[in-house]
Amino acid sequence: MLRLKKAGMVFHSGTVNEKTVIQDLDLQVNQGDFITIIGSNGAGKSTLFNLIAGTHQPTSGQIFFKDRDITREPEYRRAAYMGRIFQNPLLGTASNMTLEDNMMITLRKGFKGLKISLNSRRRREFQGYLKDLSMGLEDRLKDNVGLLSGGQRQALTLLMMALSRPDLILLDEHTAALDPRNARLVLDLTNRYIDEYGLTAMMITHNMADAIAMGNRLLMLDEGRILLDVRGEDKKRLTVEALVDIFHRVKKQDYANDKSLLS
Amino acid sequence: MEGLIYGIMALGVFITFRILDFPDLTVDGSFPLGAAIMAALLFKGVPPFIAIAAAFTGGVLAGLVTAVIHNKLKVPNLLAGILTMTMLYSVNIRILGNRANLPLLRVDTILTNVVAAAGNLGLSREWAILIYFFLVLAVLKVLLDLFFHTDMGLTLGALGGNEQMVISQGVNPEHLKVIGVSLSNGLVAVSGAFAAQYLGFADVNLGLGIVVSGLASVMIGEFLLRSNRIGILTLRVILGSILFRALMYLARYYGYHIKMTPNDLKLITGLLIILALILSKKNYFRGRRKKNA
Repeated sequence: MLRLKKAGMVFHSGTVNEKTVIQDLDLQVNQGDFITIIGSNGAGKSTLFNLIAGTHQPTSGQIFFKDRDITREPEYRRAAYMGRIFQNPLLGTASNMTLEDNMMITLRKGFKGLKISLNSRRRREFQGYLKDLSMGLEDRLKDNVGLLSGGQRQALTLLMMALSRPDLILLDEHTAALDPRNARLVLDLTNRYIDEYGLTAMMITHNMADAIAMGNRLLMLDEGRILLDVRGEDKKRLTVEALVDIFHRVKKQDYANDKSLLS
Repeated sequence: MEGLIYGIMALGVFITFRILDFPDLTVDGSFPLGAAIMAALLFKGVPPFIAIAAAFTGGVLAGLVTAVIHNKLKVPNLLAGILTMTMLYSVNIRILGNRANLPLLRVDTILTNVVAAAGNLGLSREWAILIYFFLVLAVLKVLLDLFFHTDMGLTLGALGGNEQMVISQGVNPEHLKVIGVSLSNGLVAVSGAFAAQYLGFADVNLGLGIVVSGLASVMIGEFLLRSNRIGILTLRVILGSILFRALMYLARYYGYHIKMTPNDLKLITGLLIILALILSKKNYFRGRRKKNA
């Protein structure tokens, strides 16, 4: 469904600060995939998402979505068929507006007309969805979202994203800012929605156990390259120790290379 | 009374400063623009209602210019507004027929019609104008409230607080900014058009300090009521505007007791805003302390 062809991203090209964040990356994401992505800081995970979502345009290579070249398509256009959740729970909802207003805005994607769509039927519909979260939000439709906890806001963002049925969802460490209990809750919800709505998803996480337990495919990124791409049965057999092992082996090699260069 | 006329302008300022988080200084130019268009058209014998519509359109175009400069040239919003405002100064003089001032004393305005109609009902001039502006403002307020309940209006509301959310919804934030800033300046121009009729003249300097007075009105309103409902938010802008004009009136008529002259009003307005900022900061810290305790 999504295909990256030799995508590359270089920041500050041509200056002393030049930094290659993504290097000639090839990636094919298939319909129904749920890919977990791990990698150390600066490995290029978030930049990869920025390229896919259109926040940045790649400095080289192309991006295809359903065989359509979207390399130069602006972010807001891609948002019509891609959903993205950020690490920061504040980015998914508007704090200074009520819960029902937020839900109304996020219910459908694309340009908004001059119709007043928020009515009592809609409110009941929203209450139904919120009841499903079992966070007691169904009675707080008129409260500002700013009053909700991070976990509640992230769960709400997730719910609204699932309802808009995007073709692809990008989860950028969306539980990293939450306490363990809420993080668990949001992760369970993530699994549920992906199953229920048959979503195609990519999820960045720092938790190796989650990365192994969730999804059908696992990518390990390092220095802008895909180091490891495991799927299906192979992925089920992975253990945290094995992952850490692979990671260290590569790192040591790098380290050794650096040493030989310096000496 | 002035509070009602300038209340329309304050609503415009409220849209940009509070809802869009787009400090728009075009207002200093679009207010006299509305006045100039109104005066020039009335002078030519154009029916008042068409003149008002033209003033609104003029304001919308002014806002459009600012928003496009900001969007396309990636200029900071403050600078974009100042650019448009400065250009409008020349435009306004041209509209007024290459002069800085156009008196409307011998021309029929909407107010002349209103006063005549009310005279038949036995109402005095003052009351007629007051009721008329009250109705105009009430209609505009309700229309604005309705607009902010539409899908587009709601999304506009989210833009100021969280641009990323708007992008994530597949909406181009640049389009929304154009709509919001244009609407705001349209309202400001209508306010200018009414002000010209009320004052009996249009002047290129009418807009001096208008943004600041509008902002002062918005901030005073914020002290009066607390709410997250758009109906209350617009209501408090209007109340703030009335209160602000009342304060200015008091300063003008009783200020001489403390050796204050009308020339000091702009200074007073600025100090008022600073006072409002200090007070809201204090409230903010008090709220924070409570949370921590």
